Amino acid sequence: MNSRPKTLFEKVWEQHVVVPETLDTPAIIYIDLHLIHEVTTPQAFTLLRENNLKVRDPKKVLATMDHSTPTVPITSLKDLDIVSEKGPANQIRDMIKNCRDFGIELYGFESDRRGIVHVIGPELGATQPGRTMVCGDSHTSTHGAFGALAFGIGTTEVAHVLATQCLLQRKPKTLSVNLTGNLNSGVCAKDIILKIVGDIGVDGGTGHVIEYRGNTVSSLSLEQRMTICNMSIEGGARAGMFAPDQSTFDYLENRPMSPKGDDWVKAVNEWSNLVTDDGAIFDKEVDIDIDALQPMITFGTNPGMVMSIDAEVPHHNGSQSFKQALNYMKVESGKPLLEKPIDVVFIGSCTNSRLSDLQDAADILKDRKVDSNVRTMIVPGSQAIKAEAESLGLDQIFKKAGAEWRESGCSMCLGMNGDTVGEGKLAVSTSNRNFEGRQGKGSRTILASPKTAAASAISGVVQDPRIYGDK
Amino acid sequence: MEKILKFSSTTINLANEDIDTDQIVPARFLTLPSKEGIGDCLFYDWRFDKLGHPIEDFVLNKPEAKNSSILVAGNNFGCGSSREHAPWALVDFGFKAIISTSFADIFKNNALKNGLIPITVPEDMHKKLLGNEGLEVAVDLDNLKLETELGNSCSFSVDPFSRYCLMNGIDQLGYILSQELEITNYETSQ
Repeated sequence: MNSRPKTLFEKVWEQHVVVPETLDTPAIIYIDLHLIHEVTTPQAFTLLRENNLKVRDPKKVLATMDHSTPTVPITSLKDLDIVSEKGPANQIRDMIKNCRDFGIELYGFESDRRGIVHVIGPELGATQPGRTMVCGDSHTSTHGAFGALAFGIGTTEVAHVLATQCLLQRKPKTLSVNLTGNLNSGVCAKDIILKIVGDIGVDGGTGHVIEYRGNTVSSLSLEQRMTICNMSIEGGARAGMFAPDQSTFDYLENRPMSPKGDDWVKAVNEWSNLVTDDGAIFDKEVDIDIDALQPMITFGTNPGMVMSIDAEVPHHNGSQSFKQALNYMKVESGKPLLEKPIDVVFIGSCTNSRLSDLQDAADILKDRKVDSNVRTMIVPGSQAIKAEAESLGLDQIFKKAGAEWRESGCSMCLGMNGDTVGEGKLAVSTSNRNFEGRQGKGSRTILASPKTAAASAISGVVQDPRIYGDK
Repeated sequence: MEKILKFSSTTINLANEDIDTDQIVPARFLTLPSKEGIGDCLFYDWRFDKLGHPIEDFVLNKPEAKNSSILVAGNNFGCGSSREHAPWALVDFGFKAIISTSFADIFKNNALKNGLIPITVPEDMHKKLLGNEGLEVAVDLDNLKLETELGNSCSFSVDPFSRYCLMNGIDQLGYILSQELEITNYETSQ
């Protein structure tokens, strides 16, 4: 037996090596599940057609539509031409054709399984501990919450995986992020990851896979772990991972694609070994104190430009980019953002659109009204979450508060489907990126948790959720 | 694919740090069905005003940008979204190399698959290049050496496999396909 202690990442990596790495060649690693959507696949399918290649194993491809998909109800494809621009509409039609031509099942408009690709994978039980998963989307890191090794790839690599179920990869390094303490009232998983990205910087994780460890971890739900893993890429990391535990198994049991019967027992046994061995060495370690954590918001134009909600915008660090960021955001060093008027609140995206996120928002919005100057859009992560939220009456809470309640999709996170913040407007958003124009041309974004977003919607200004007596 | 061994060009600068792929190609252009002409969208919101007119003092709108195939950029170039449209647009515009002090992982992988070389240089060389925009710089992929017309030089590294593919004009997919037996063996063993 090999006695060298290994990290969780190393265990999953080693189980998937088809051809080992050498000095001259990267490893060929096997991909258990390939997630695809309409935006980063068209040129990959073109490449397959040009080379007369088939999809090696269509059953290992999970396909949905989310990025350029409208969030208003669609009953037939003809509706697309009414609600969508030509580009997104054509892209959706191409996706349907590509999946049909290559024998891939697509969770399209008629499917109650449709949703944001990183939301439906876990929801269906397709995301499982120890699996390798890729997608032409950087937020694929989300699935690491289950102990999967999951990361984003480019379109050329999408073609590689479609054709061969394999990927060329150099083995990344490992970064241990040690979380200690407990979340205070009003503080969310989103605040944890914003704090981490702020601490390590937007390139702090470059070349690394993060494992989140420490005594905070066992108290975090799978939804919270997904929010944290989701934004690992914002710290530059290839992937983020949590070791699977009883909460993971409880989440996955009886999901449509989870193993059943004896296979379930066998799977849980195997998954239980997917922990970092005592004495395993990480290339880097970082400690984060969760006891001291406050609600966090961003003030600039990348997710590392972050501060506590009651802090003042930091002083200029001399760089051209910092100055440009503050100018773009129309914020000033030395002044707080708290109480700054806002135009839009967006609650949604693969970061924060799961049922628990909607419940966090509903707890604050219940029996209250959003400010009349704030457009508030709430977009569930999947059609299943939409149905579940409606069965709990959350949609009624949102609508009574004056918020828009939409069909599932990526929506205003990147503004590809027509849902945008608006030129020059300021949004508090539960999404993952506050880049210039990320939420539509000229948009300005403050990233925050669903609680902070809901509180800000009511106040009409950037607001601390704790003033609403958050439980 | 075109074989890449050596090339030289004057440089242009975009010194901002952490340039994300949403700036390189804004999301609304990701619905383009092919790579052709995507260079028109490169840095669109930094390059054109609200009416779509070129912003004169933005570097890509200057006459010297037309003749340059080397962009010198700030630290952590290409962070954010995995969109391969970013290197497609840079290549379509005419770039063959980006020089910086570091690159985001996914961007680097994507660039190398499209004949665009991400070159990481030490800080002193980076400063020299940023301080002397328009220098003629020679990139030698064979010897992994970068040299300016002033005689300053440094070595750089490129993943050996990507370098081999770039120098021989080989598509990486062919290599994976050639390992069919290993892949089948792996699948059977599971």
